[in-house]
Amino acid sequence: MDDFLLQELSDPDHFQEPISIENIDSDTLIRYLNGMLRIRYAERRLARGKKEGDIGGPVHLGVGQEAIAVGISGNLRKTDRIFGAHRSHSHVLSMGADLYRLFAEVLGKDDGLSRGMGGSMHLWDQANGFYGSVPIVSGTVPLAVGAALAAKLQNTEDVGVIYLGDGAVEEGVVHESLNLARVMGVPVLFVVENNLFASHMHISLRQPKYATARFAVANDMLYEIVDGNDVVKMHQTSKNLISYARTNSMPVFLEAVTYRWYGHVDWREDIDVGVNRSEEEVAAWRKRDPVARLVCAMLARGVYSEDDIESLELRIEKETEIAWQQAKESHYPPHSALLGRVYASKMYD
Amino acid sequence: MKHNYGTAILSAFEYLLENYSDAVVIGQGLWSPWYVGNSMTNLDKKFGVERIIDTPVSESACTGAAVGAALAGMKPIVVHPRMDFMLYAMDAIVNQAAKWSHMTGGQASCGVTIRAIINRGGEQGAQHSQSLHAWFAHVPGLRVVMPSTVSDARDLLIASVLSPDPVMYIDDRWLYDLEDTLEPVSEIDLTKEGPKILRSGSDITIVASGYAARLALEAAAELDVLGIASEVIDLRILNPLNPELIIDSVGKTRHLAVIDGGWKTCGIAGEILASVAENTIPGALKKQPIRIMLPDAPAPTSIALEKNYYPSATNIVERISLIFGRS
Repeated sequence: MDDFLLQELSDPDHFQEPISIENIDSDTLIRYLNGMLRIRYAERRLARGKKEGDIGGPVHLGVGQEAIAVGISGNLRKTDRIFGAHRSHSHVLSMGADLYRLFAEVLGKDDGLSRGMGGSMHLWDQANGFYGSVPIVSGTVPLAVGAALAAKLQNTEDVGVIYLGDGAVEEGVVHESLNLARVMGVPVLFVVENNLFASHMHISLRQPKYATARFAVANDMLYEIVDGNDVVKMHQTSKNLISYARTNSMPVFLEAVTYRWYGHVDWREDIDVGVNRSEEEVAAWRKRDPVARLVCAMLARGVYSEDDIESLELRIEKETEIAWQQAKESHYPPHSALLGRVYASKMYD
Repeated sequence: MKHNYGTAILSAFEYLLENYSDAVVIGQGLWSPWYVGNSMTNLDKKFGVERIIDTPVSESACTGAAVGAALAGMKPIVVHPRMDFMLYAMDAIVNQAAKWSHMTGGQASCGVTIRAIINRGGEQGAQHSQSLHAWFAHVPGLRVVMPSTVSDARDLLIASVLSPDPVMYIDDRWLYDLEDTLEPVSEIDLTKEGPKILRSGSDITIVASGYAARLALEAAAELDVLGIASEVIDLRILNPLNPELIIDSVGKTRHLAVIDGGWKTCGIAGEILASVAENTIPGALKKQPIRIMLPDAPAPTSIALEKNYYPSATNIVERISLIFGRS
């Protein structure tokens, strides 16, 4: 059953129609659209910055996957404990991170989210609930379980959230973490953003089945599989799961099927280095655009006119450019940051 | 009060759990702690299974969870009853805990304590015997602590847990019967701790840590009989390493021996020798320095091979006597 659903979800010729927005008020829809566009423009700006040589380090872009974080973050508190991985711009921005500080971080500047010490792959914004992202695949998975366990011991009713990819479930520690969370009753949401690729390799070449939710079944855990390019479904499904985790202090699992338009890293589409990735496939997935499907539904209901959409996009584009230019002009960390931050408490004061 | 090394560790746990509500302990075997001698007896009964957490056989996830709990403001201690099994947890220790302060620009830090126990001998062989402290001392961001005395066993554990940094606290089963009296606890700041002179002497500086420091003291007593006065320095804190005391001592004795329970190649003794060489003038040492360590081979199981594998006091006395042309 799950595999059947996943086969259908992973076929880009399905689910291209406008999403259902029945019973969702206009303010909420506008919030979703704003959230997704903010991320999309930010990541496109990063793609351009990388292409033009302004950015030194690698940037892993998630254009096409925006609905997942936007849908989930609407159900989270700033006191929840969210962890990401290498492709986490959307995870931190959807929690309210400052765009200027994200850009400054990617550019290695002192005003960055991680004071310029992390770059795109090590983001930190704990004031907004974002405990950190790292590029070691699955490295943050047990950390999220531990931070959520702490929430349980601290009686805060906060939850942990861990974003991982379909590649991460091939790492052993994920299975240890699922088991640990279940046996210890840890309130944590595992979100698998299944974009069908780990770096260049399609899931069909890496796993016997497409549905990573089979590991939730193996660990006796409540789970859902959902179209990750439908922001309304993402929001509603994660709302139920998060509420269950909070109330019952139990782990839950959400598999969101999606696709990234860019390649694994940087601005290229990587058609050439992708095994089983083709121009036709990328084009088909672009038609399952989470933004366009929401926009179409909003236009059909008259929430926004074409002109409204255009002026919204112009405004966000302008705000993005202002943040980018500010970040470019801001200063680098002092040289003392190299040795001064190795330990929280230094040996020689 | 009369204690041994094992009960000193137990009293550190009791002190932390009584005085710090955010202290929690996680690891395998904690509800039946026969793996760890007398060092964790009845903690689960006294402080409850919510705070003394026995776990599935998952070193990697449990260590990662302790790291995450530390990031969320707890003071977790993760216990690895045998260091060899902890190697499954290297990512959580080296990539995550050790890097967090630096990667976040000092805005966050990971105050996890990792108790790694050296448990060897008894024909246990290659995978039940390793002393890998030098590996961890190589990693910036990790504090590495090796107590050799009863009071350090307690006080350095408390200091490790109260430190905002990740600390690898390495204790040794061969020390658990060591006896001493303990004063009431007085909290110390780990950043202020470093190598310590266990015994003064003017002829040779012997540097060691953990169980090797006990061997050094035993050897020093025998060397006294031969008219060689040894100064024994216990490293205590292997990372970040402050070699000043050792350099000063060598300036006085002009002879150096390093004893260690790890392998020779890229081990901690090499680091001590290098620090002395870099910080003294040529000719400061009258004789070539020596390292007494494990041979570069995995631990054997056969008793015939094992009995010569680990450094002993006799072995140390022989090697040092040779330096001074005595035997």
